[in-house]
Amino acid sequence: MPTFFEKKQLVTPGELLAEGDYLPGENTYVEGGKIYASRIGLVDSDNKKVNVVALRAFYMPKMGDIVIGTVIEVGFNGWTIDIKAPYTAMLRASDVLSRPFKPQNDELSQVLTAGDLIVAKIATFDRAHDPQLTVGEPGLGKITRGQILHVTPTKIPRIIGRKGSMISMIKQETNCQIILGLNGVILVTGKTLDEEELAISVIRKIEEESHTSGLTDRITHLLKEKKIGKVEENKVE
Amino acid sequence: MNEKTEKLIDKKGIRSDGRKADELRPVKLQVGVLSNADGSAYIEHGKNKILAAAFGPREVHPKHLMQADRMVLKVRYHMAPFSVQERKSPAPSRREVELSKVIKESLEPALFLELYPRTGVDVFVEVLQADGGTRCAAITAAALAIADSGVPMRDLVVGCAAGKVDDTVVLDLYDAEDKLGIADVPVAYMPSLNAITLLQMDGILEPAEFEKAVNMAMDGCKKIYEMQKEALKTKYMVVKEVEE
Repeated sequence: MPTFFEKKQLVTPGELLAEGDYLPGENTYVEGGKIYASRIGLVDSDNKKVNVVALRAFYMPKMGDIVIGTVIEVGFNGWTIDIKAPYTAMLRASDVLSRPFKPQNDELSQVLTAGDLIVAKIATFDRAHDPQLTVGEPGLGKITRGQILHVTPTKIPRIIGRKGSMISMIKQETNCQIILGLNGVILVTGKTLDEEELAISVIRKIEEESHTSGLTDRITHLLKEKKIGKVEENKVE
Repeated sequence: MNEKTEKLIDKKGIRSDGRKADELRPVKLQVGVLSNADGSAYIEHGKNKILAAAFGPREVHPKHLMQADRMVLKVRYHMAPFSVQERKSPAPSRREVELSKVIKESLEPALFLELYPRTGVDVFVEVLQADGGTRCAAITAAALAIADSGVPMRDLVVGCAAGKVDDTVVLDLYDAEDKLGIADVPVAYMPSLNAITLLQMDGILEPAEFEKAVNMAMDGCKKIYEMQKEALKTKYMVVKEVEE
């Protein structure tokens, strides 16, 4: 039952990872009892499970995921939403209005129109149907202020950190509200532009260095440094 | 045609471009050359210069090509008007339509088509300069572009040809050998899985010669495969260096 990789080794699609008593994890597949990588990424094993942390991937919708999308079309009884996935999502009018929808009473484009950004949850999705979104929960709905940035969807777990440690630290240190769309779209809302810019620069740094160890410590350091810098700047003025 | 005064292979077994019978042309590969594509690759295989770009998975256009149970792969092989000596009309020729299909079918076994129903992946192959064996070089580049776009693959697909020139079975024919030679056998191959995804033959070969040509092409593929992996890793190496 050998494995053919070192921890955090860079692998390409088709590289043989393990043979025998191992389980295929993310971005791997089994062929003839052997486990191969299916994407470029860094291998890791967790007990008997072989995972590849992909360096390049796209977002696949999953039920219950929070995503940030753009309205691309207003339809007869709902909206078409671009969620940066292989499939476009649908948001139904009755879901937004939280009452039965009557075309003669409601003008949909007054509620949401093309170009609007929304935070939504994926209500249903399977092989045969495009994802359906819902905004019927607290914290979901139209985005009115803040800044949007895009990252590779595979980097989102790193920005969240272990049990949310990384994201809660950024939120606390920058006084910003941050919503992470699992589709790789992030909303940063702060009281001042400076705070937003700081949060964005930190997230960009995490994205760039997402595979380094001890990243949390360095980010903590960076946040403290920037904050002190800001205070001193203000004093000089 | 003028008399074939010059032999394609001399007495010492050296070919007209200075290579030995089982020698590849120099190959240069680069990944991620186009910023607007989801994935891209550039290959220089001898004098061939080919760009490949991949998009997707995304919605299929036109809609009627969409498949309810699997992803569709669309490939467009195109030669630039300046890619050959005599200007080539930019309209898709019969040959280009055929090669698009052949490249598509040689890449399909490497993809998990059934995982992403109702979507499509588009691959665009643009031949900037041609010197024989473009379909093989195009397959090599297209596979890299798809891998770079983040679409899961069973293995990278590599293309390489072998053939018969004068009386010898040789590897990786270039333009003159392709035109004046006896036979050409392009092969596309997935080295890790030891699976052939494309096998064509143009010309006449003895069964033993055919087998020798296929094996030779497979060996050539394995050599290019190493370069392919290296090229893909080089783009993402930056991430790894930060880690170290």
